[in-house]
Amino acid sequence: MDFKKLGLRAGLEIHQQLKTKEKLFCRCPPEMRDFEESSYQFFRYLHATPSELGEVDVAAEEEVSLRRKYSYFGYDSTCLIENDEEPPKELDRESLEIALMIAKMMNMQIVDQIHVMRKIVVDGSNTTGFQRTALIALDGYIEVDGKKIRIPSLCLEEDAAQRIEGDNFSLDRLGIPLVEISTAPDMESPEEVRKVAERIGEILRSTGRVRRGLGTIRQDVNVSISDGARIEIKGVQELEMLEEIVRLEAKRQLELLRIRDELRRRGASVGDVKEVTELFKNTKSKILRRKVEEGGIVLALLLRGFSGLLGRELIPGLRFGTEIADRMRRRGAGGCFHTDELPGYGITEDEVTKLREFMNAQENDAILIIAEKREIAEKAMEAAIKRCKEALQGVPEETRRAMEDGTTRYMRPLPGAARMYPETDIPPVKITREMLENIKIPELISEAEERFKKEYGLNEELARKIARSENRFLFERVVKEFEISPQLVVRVIEEIIPQIRREGAKVESLSEEHFMSFFKAMSEGRFAKEASDEILMKWCEKPENDLTEILEELGIKGGTFEELKKFVKKLVEERKDFVKERGERAFSPLMGMVMKEFRGKVDGKIVSEVLKEEIRKVLEEG
Amino acid sequence: MKEGDRVIVRKEGKIYEGILMPERDGFIVLKLDNGYNIGINPEGAEIEVLEEFRSQEVRKEVLEERDGLPLISIVSTGGTIASKVDYRTGAVTAKFSPEEILELIPEMKELANYRGRSLFNILSENMRPENWVQMAKAVYEEIKNGAYGVIITHGTDTMGYSSAALSFMLRTPVPVVFVGAQRSADRPSSDNVVNAVCSTHVAKSNIAEVVVAMHHTTSDDLVAVHRGTKVRKMHMSRRDAFKSINATPVALVEYPSGKIKVLGDYVKRNERELEIYPKLEEKCALLKFFPGSPPEIIDFFIERGYRGIVIEGTGLGHVSAEWIPHIKEAVESGVLVTMTSQCLFGRVCDRVYDTGRDLLRAGVVEAEDMLPETALVKSMWLLAHYDLEEAKRLMKVNLVGEINPRSTGGAEFGF
Repeated sequence: MDFKKLGLRAGLEIHQQLKTKEKLFCRCPPEMRDFEESSYQFFRYLHATPSELGEVDVAAEEEVSLRRKYSYFGYDSTCLIENDEEPPKELDRESLEIALMIAKMMNMQIVDQIHVMRKIVVDGSNTTGFQRTALIALDGYIEVDGKKIRIPSLCLEEDAAQRIEGDNFSLDRLGIPLVEISTAPDMESPEEVRKVAERIGEILRSTGRVRRGLGTIRQDVNVSISDGARIEIKGVQELEMLEEIVRLEAKRQLELLRIRDELRRRGASVGDVKEVTELFKNTKSKILRRKVEEGGIVLALLLRGFSGLLGRELIPGLRFGTEIADRMRRRGAGGCFHTDELPGYGITEDEVTKLREFMNAQENDAILIIAEKREIAEKAMEAAIKRCKEALQGVPEETRRAMEDGTTRYMRPLPGAARMYPETDIPPVKITREMLENIKIPELISEAEERFKKEYGLNEELARKIARSENRFLFERVVKEFEISPQLVVRVIEEIIPQIRREGAKVESLSEEHFMSFFKAMSEGRFAKEASDEILMKWCEKPENDLTEILEELGIKGGTFEELKKFVKKLVEERKDFVKERGERAFSPLMGMVMKEFRGKVDGKIVSEVLKEEIRKVLEEG
Repeated sequence: MKEGDRVIVRKEGKIYEGILMPERDGFIVLKLDNGYNIGINPEGAEIEVLEEFRSQEVRKEVLEERDGLPLISIVSTGGTIASKVDYRTGAVTAKFSPEEILELIPEMKELANYRGRSLFNILSENMRPENWVQMAKAVYEEIKNGAYGVIITHGTDTMGYSSAALSFMLRTPVPVVFVGAQRSADRPSSDNVVNAVCSTHVAKSNIAEVVVAMHHTTSDDLVAVHRGTKVRKMHMSRRDAFKSINATPVALVEYPSGKIKVLGDYVKRNERELEIYPKLEEKCALLKFFPGSPPEIIDFFIERGYRGIVIEGTGLGHVSAEWIPHIKEAVESGVLVTMTSQCLFGRVCDRVYDTGRDLLRAGVVEAEDMLPETALVKSMWLLAHYDLEEAKRLMKVNLVGEINPRSTGGAEFGF
């Protein structure tokens, strides 16, 4: 597809959680919890009059009018503020600082005074019925491949509660700070969308102050082509899918336009709805029979000139008929049939003929039928009529949900103007000159990667690894302050630490200062690098101890390790033939000999590692 | 240029367009088209009006009377059971007329016909005893004019004082229900809907007493009906802040079913004739004793001509020995001195320790298991309607459910 020719325009909206000590409006830790750890539960209804929501969508109205009951699960790490039982605290300054830093990196105009707003959301994901959000900066841009991509707004907002299942929500995520970055629709190809998303991701991670891992970043994308419509696609989890989603959406819009042109050529129109329950009185179709037996009726809609088009595939797995069916489902219907797929589903040729006769259908006409309770059937037919009329116009504007395979499905109409009003419980924050001057713009990951190669002689792989790591700033601190091999520091940070984490060590109990004293001791030769994992694992268990105590406990004293190495080397050297003869089985007898000498001085695991290493060396000699 | 105008602000080569909002800390506040407000430092900023604000006529819904539904009167005192947000300006306006309340809480429509009366619009911390008298008179008139039940919307801070005051001043043959909200009515999560709907169920019920109807739990499942003299706001912000002290609630109302589960005795509808005794002696005070607190405070009230003093003592109802001569002097000069306890839960007993016995000898009246606030209101009411000796005697007698003669109550409701 030639996207330029199609007039593709796409924009992004990126939500990124920030790495802070506290939540945005309360002092709870921003920790995600296991649902099993929940310690209490309560439930609420949310009340908002439909007129306040200004939504025409029936489903949205249903959310408030049907008195939906939302259950919330709390933890010992949540408080009355998440429960909407206490006024919020002031805006977290650490979060604001990070948001300002990101805004500056995107060349944005920071507002003089920040006002927290309430954005009405009544789907239950916020206990308050609104999301707190503040506009931090305007009118920025980033450059990608020499092209300016405009960033009209950056907002700082609280994350919503996580939906566990149905209308049950977990309160751990509610209130975690996140930034919402919106781009203008400046991207003109799927590839460019991916590149821009990657660049924004890089900028965010370059701060070292955003959360990483599953669910910490979410992207929405909006797509349109010439003569098409603005479609918002929500919930893209994987960056890799972005390109495919944009490509398929462009294709979908193109196909819808082709269908429109064909319909216009045929002089198509949307006809009448008639009740046809009687025609299917003795039907073999199980679905129809069941619905009618349950008190439902069968309605049919005549679509003049639509024949063959309902079954036409827009993108893989999505036919034009699916689009209509999705709309009907939103009104509570289970599904529909159309003549492009009939006879079938137990509906016979004879029934189709009778239906066509009854509806007075010509060869070019299609018929859509639905079996539901009268109220649902009528509402669903209204939705179908609306969608078919839209097909005569082209592409309807809507919000769609991203599926795992890159396709999208109808979610709801585009939201109207955001329903926002001031959060009166939180005072506005004045952005002072001092605050702005204190923001240091961090180096971009890609720049750091290049510099690490030059400055520290790291190879491609190590430079890439550490530049992308959350521990990039720790790495630089270590190599700047201590005489230590940068390669070694990267290995410890990027290989040994993840490895002991996999083995169950609670690495998060060690702070940056723990690591600083660890590398200091390493640079002073107080232990050998082979002992790193043992020491760190022990320290994770007892983070309150200082390093000397840990080393003592492991029997590592200054010099002991060197003694051990010397001893082992000599021992293996002397028994080279024995080792060569027995191979790895030489380990046990030799281990006994070493331990005789070093028991109580050096931890057995360390002895075993050193010994294994020496044995391997001899064996490799061949 | 005024709030609500559509304006352009030019500053340092930047242009902002939006609706002008009330200024904050000297900053120009604009509502942008995306709904967000931003503050702009006015230094070097130029404002140009694009379009002047014109207020829109509000279409008023006409309330249909429904056959077969009882007439409930809603008396508003400033508690905003219903309010509406103007998304254009962010302003929150309280709604008082039944039409407006029903537009915002449509669930109430099915339950009754309504008559509204906007008595005053006062934050409850600004209420004064004279307002309680006005409230009692208004409710009296509403009942006289045929109300099947009365709902009083009230701020939550001093709701307990008002409900106690009306309990003493009114003999009501129908339910008189105080209701409020702990979360403001402008948020979708407000407790106003559940409280208002359940208070309507109570107003239609057989419980002909002055009661407070507020959330019983943090969930939207139950509303507790508290006797007006036994209820106290026990939490600053939670929905279930209101608790019955030294008593079980009169009833619980299930939401959304409206089913009422009665938990104890109550005065039934039309069991008594409508009467009003709307006088209060305002020269009454409530004092909290604390270690080292100066007893001269008593002298101050004597000098100012106060006629009743309620003391919130420690434990079983104690003050330090140095207070006793001052209290004695107060009693001798004709002041009704009543002892309650900071513990709130339990019953005052000044016969256990020496200090207590000295207090009794000085002429202090034990308030039994009454709340300090209720004892204060009762002092005001007794001193306005009886002579001192009779007031002293009645202080210890249960008149309208303010004293529970037996200390019952399980752990389910406090103690």
